[in-house]
Amino acid sequence: MAIIEVKNLVKKYGSIEAVKGISFTIDQGEIFGLIGPNGAGKTTTLQVLATLLQITNGSVSLFGFDLEKHPEKIRKLISYLPEDAGAYKNLTGRQYLEFIAHFFNPKNASEMIRKGIEIADLDLRIDDKVDTYSKGMKRRLLVGRALMNDPKLAILDEPTSGLDVRNAQEIRSIIKSCAKQGTIVLLSSHNMLEVEYLCERIALISDGLIVEEGKPKELKKKYSAENIEEVFMKVVQ
Amino acid sequence: MSALTNIIRKEMKELLTPATILPIVVMALIFGSIGNTMGGLEEEINQQPVVGLINEQNSTYSSLATSILYEYANVVFNGTSLADREQGIQTVQDRDGAALLIIPKNFSSNIEQNKPAIIKVEWIVEGTGILDTIPSSSVEGLISTIRYHISKQLIADSNQSTNASLILYPLMKQETTNLKGRTYENISPGEITGMLSTQSSLTPIVIMMIIIIAGGMVISSMALEKENKTLETLLTLPVRRVSIVTGKIIASALVGLLLAVVYMFGIGYYMQSFQFDLSSAGSNFSLALSTTDLLLVGISLFITLIAGLSLCMLLGTMAKNYKSAQSLTAPVTMMAIFPMILTMFTDFETLPMALKILVFAIPFSHPMMASKALLFDNYILVFAGIAYVTVFAVIIIALVIWVFTTDRLITGSNIKTMLSKLRRRR
Repeated sequence: MAIIEVKNLVKKYGSIEAVKGISFTIDQGEIFGLIGPNGAGKTTTLQVLATLLQITNGSVSLFGFDLEKHPEKIRKLISYLPEDAGAYKNLTGRQYLEFIAHFFNPKNASEMIRKGIEIADLDLRIDDKVDTYSKGMKRRLLVGRALMNDPKLAILDEPTSGLDVRNAQEIRSIIKSCAKQGTIVLLSSHNMLEVEYLCERIALISDGLIVEEGKPKELKKKYSAENIEEVFMKVVQ
Repeated sequence: MSALTNIIRKEMKELLTPATILPIVVMALIFGSIGNTMGGLEEEINQQPVVGLINEQNSTYSSLATSILYEYANVVFNGTSLADREQGIQTVQDRDGAALLIIPKNFSSNIEQNKPAIIKVEWIVEGTGILDTIPSSSVEGLISTIRYHISKQLIADSNQSTNASLILYPLMKQETTNLKGRTYENISPGEITGMLSTQSSLTPIVIMMIIIIAGGMVISSMALEKENKTLETLLTLPVRRVSIVTGKIIASALVGLLLAVVYMFGIGYYMQSFQFDLSSAGSNFSLALSTTDLLLVGISLFITLIAGLSLCMLLGTMAKNYKSAQSLTAPVTMMAIFPMILTMFTDFETLPMALKILVFAIPFSHPMMASKALLFDNYILVFAGIAYVTVFAVIIIALVIWVFTTDRLITGSNIKTMLSKLRRRR
């Protein structure tokens, strides 16, 4: 049985149907990517799994817990990194990590904070206020925050969005090493090359529906394409 | 369309939002209702004061005083003996009068013996606001007129032995104030109002400041969480929604209280420099709060603060960003200023029924009214206020927690989308 199971998930905002009945599963230690253009329903799907949005129809099961019935239990096991996420500007990087770590382990958060600082890799700047960080530094801090608690599932929305090549590569390698240690990673991106590099399995999402799913290599072979971008264009056409 | 018109249209569209218009409309309604009350008072000032009269003596000066009273006042009771006092007070009270004037037996003989005549004034006051003492000011004017006419008479009748001081001050008052079922000897309504103002006018100002400062913080805090995109992260952490809500409310309340204490010291010294200190007189006239009373004021203040901040939290959930949060503080500010003005100038019990309901419905009114109410043993108003504000706070907190469990914080569902949903259901 899959660790994460999404069945016929529908999410409506008023009359707008953002997600129109998607289903997928993810297994232990997998990096699963949702790929699609802006407005395809990627972020909505991730927000549902991160317990932020209510389900209109369908069901989601994470680690055996029903998402609608046990969101509080699920929050202990997951970590969510929103696209364009921010940190509290008046806190230093270290204080921000301490603040978050205390929710997961109020009695002994030091090991978690140490790991967060290590992932963020901000050297002495970790003790500077977040307000003074560059975009790349802020994103590294947030990735550190998202992965420091060894989540069973890390939901990462456009994890390298807006970052330069060096910062993006660093974050990708951090994500890979976390998955090796057993964390399931569910990420979304419209950067098809990044997804091809990171993900073991992907789902192509367009207009609220999963239009194709599989391993990147297999999909490229199936559609005789050189890369996932080409696969996507062929599938959508 | 010219470039200028284009810019004007876009700016107008951005500026004229429901969040900007609503506070102005509320403010206009509030000031309109205050204006109505003031208009009524102006009418009252222009009318002849309603008084009762007990004239124990039939002499030159008492007749002069009586004739002036009948000319310039509406005399609703006329007695001839002190035995009529109770009946006189009751009649004046029933006719919404301001005072029962007693001309004692020695009124004229005092003047004849070169001593000022004494007129006894039994003030009948319904409330303790500054505006509640306006009818008594009219009666003060009436007494001055009597004094003036006696002086004139004394000058006309003067000879070398007439005392000049007596001509200038031929009449003295001996005052008793009947207020809310209590009798206060040798003190005027103005003095009581002054004393109460020393004791309790600081409370409404401080409460208003706490609500505005701490309320603004809560709304801004929610708006900043949204603007800085930290809210989404916070909502996915293993922390109960109720903890997030109460944490934000308590932190703002503490900071608000701290700032209020600092503010209170400053404003307290400032106000003391203008006020006549009658606190010792207050104790003599049992117009001081006991420890239990102070505890009740504290409870009322604490619950109101929680209710107010919960309301701000609810408003904060509607804020899209820091800019929109600023306009959302306006309704709360109005709700805090309105009862503050009313409690400083008038008394809850003397308000028209519609205003009474409005003032009672505003949670911030209750700690503002509590001190005065407790001074006159009106425990029902204080307990009813505490009960009402508690229910209000519970409902608002439940609403906030409900909002935190829905998509609204993330999707920013607004009134427009809610209305469109309702239309579709029909």
